[in-house]
Amino acid sequence: MEQRFFSVTENRQIAPLRFIMKLFAEEAGITTPGQFINIKLEGFTLRRPFSVCEFDENSLTVAYKVVGEGTEIMSRMGIGKKLDVLTGLGNGFDTENCPDNPLIIGGGMGVAPLLPLCKELSLSGKAPKVILGFHSAEEIILLEEYSSYCNDVTVTTSDGTAGMKGRVTDAMDELHNCSYIFCCGSEGMMKSVFEKAKCPGQYSFEERMGCGFGSCMGCSRKTKNGYKRVCKEGPVFDSEEIIW
Amino acid sequence: MVKTAVELCGITLDNPVMAASGTFGYGAEFAELYDINILGSFSFKGTTAQERFGNPTPRIAETSSGMLNAVGLQNPGVKKVLSHELPEMKKFFKKKVMANISGFSVEEYIEICEALNDEEAIGWYEINISCPNVHGGGMAFGTDETLAALVTREVKKVAKKPIIIKLSPNVTDIKKIAAACEQAGADGLSLINTLMGMRIDLKTRKPLLANRTGGLSGKAIFPVALRMVYDVYEAVSIPIVGLGGISSAEDVIEMMLAGACAVQIGTANLTDPYICRDIINSLPEIMEKYGISDIKEIIGGAH
Ligand SMILES: Cc1cc2nc3c(=O)[nH]c(=O)nc-3n(C[C@H](O)[C@H](O)[C@H](O)COP(=O)(O)OP(=O)(O)OC[C@H]3O[C@@H](n4cnc5c(N)ncnc54)[C@H](O)[C@@H]3O)c2cc1C
Ligand SMILES: Cc1cc2nc3c(=O)[nH]c(=O)nc-3n(C[C@H](O)[C@H](O)[C@H](O)COP(=O)(O)O)c2cc1C
Ligand code: FES
Repeated sequence: MEQRFFSVTENRQIAPLRFIMKLFAEEAGITTPGQFINIKLEGFTLRRPFSVCEFDENSLTVAYKVVGEGTEIMSRMGIGKKLDVLTGLGNGFDTENCPDNPLIIGGGMGVAPLLPLCKELSLSGKAPKVILGFHSAEEIILLEEYSSYCNDVTVTTSDGTAGMKGRVTDAMDELHNCSYIFCCGSEGMMKSVFEKAKCPGQYSFEERMGCGFGSCMGCSRKTKNGYKRVCKEGPVFDSEEIIW
Repeated sequence: MVKTAVELCGITLDNPVMAASGTFGYGAEFAELYDINILGSFSFKGTTAQERFGNPTPRIAETSSGMLNAVGLQNPGVKKVLSHELPEMKKFFKKKVMANISGFSVEEYIEICEALNDEEAIGWYEINISCPNVHGGGMAFGTDETLAALVTREVKKVAKKPIIIKLSPNVTDIKKIAAACEQAGADGLSLINTLMGMRIDLKTRKPLLANRTGGLSGKAIFPVALRMVYDVYEAVSIPIVGLGGISSAEDVIEMMLAGACAVQIGTANLTDPYICRDIINSLPEIMEKYGISDIKEIIGGAH
């Protein structure tokens, strides 16, 4: 974990209530796909955690949805705005020990942390397949970015306004030989993916956080290997240890 | 050069700034960021006899100028603290640490003190009789004069370290509880723990915290904490550790003027992990600004 001062270099709407914010610093501090940052907002005691959906040495991008006061303020931030950020938080996905053709499944804003994972897997010569689930066509985000790293992307929408009508688990039916899953979305969605998949994988969780760096025990989760902090030992957990 | 050293129950602190229990773990996360030996000391996470998971999540909610927590004393239990957390801590923290002890019965407080008595890294016991987030025990001891005195007296009999009783603000008259603890043999007092509060989610119409209620901390509670330290200073003559919403060197001085001989920083560490370092670094300058050459001399100066 490091504290860095970033400046906003881009902040634009990509769908109703959904935005992309690009941040620049000398060193962005992200080393692994699936890590997150915690942004300080003036006037608030708690920082706001966001997964990183793109990064390089000195920049990172978050895709966020406006859900409350903090994200509403973020959506109005202009270029050049300076932000106090804790970066390099959480474990991120382990990409070393997965088979060559894993399945990446994201739901809603949960597609964000999986994007740099998809990129890394593709660049390392693996052939991930991707399923992205949304409620409706207008909520679709990051599809072009996924398509640039992967030529097997399935979109599902629950109302059928784009892609396949149904849930991500319905799209899983079409893929017979899935042997490994990377997943992020609501807990309910991840649970149904897990139950359907019956194969190993890694799942990224959310929890209300006090600190985001392991010192307050605000975000604990029971696992088969004892109590773990979503912000420190997580947010990504191995399917073997998750208690649903 | 201004003087920042203070004394707490016979142990000298290089400066009055400590980190508060529950916001600093066992120091490891902060030691990665800065040399935490610059602290006066810190109070480690509330420790119970057995391992505890604590409350279900969500355990955290935001409030105006503060936060609610209902962690519920998650900790590895005293045996593991002794065999793992403290040996780790001693690698990077060379000063005396404050052991925050929580219990559900008088016997439990005693059991923990006995287990920790021979650990030389511990300078003080901070007896937490004020946790609002556990059911049965916890705050019950801190809201009743007789029970507060009972815990104090029994712990004092076995403790080989000075005992500092951590008081609850969720009482009608904190002076009475403070005086009862002093009479029962407390070596010092620390106040305040969190104030009971709650938030309700407008969308679900249900409490935001799984525990329904939680403890309010952060800037919002500073004036309340200050008033209580001020009152308790008039009621007792043992040293007081002041805490609640402190987030700047100015707040430290204000709290000491009210009567605290040392202070603790809690929630501010979560917002700004470098806050203790920054406060310690700016303290001399702020002291000079207000004409303070020796910080000891301002303790209780507002009375
Ligand atoms: C590890 C992690 C990664 C995340 N990644 C993303 C992401 O990539 N894109 C995105 O849009 N959102 C993400 N979230 C959720 C995001 O943190 C919340 O939507 C945001 O904090 C809401 O802030 P607010 O002030 O607008 O909402 P408010 O409801 O006003 O916030 C009140 C408090 O609740 C917290 N909170 C509210 N919703 C959540 C939530 N779902 N999870 C955790 N805390 C919450 C806030 O941080 C704040 O402390 C992530 C959460 C976590 C824990
Ligand atoms: C997340 C969290 C956990 C806490 N855990 C403990 C604890 O284990 N034992 C204890 O005595 N106080 C605990 N406290 C209370 C703090 O030590 C402190 O008394 C209170 O938060 C007020 O100070 P502050 O406003 O500076 O945070 C906790 C507070 C927070 C925010
Ligand atoms: S949010 Fe504080 S430990 Fe995870």
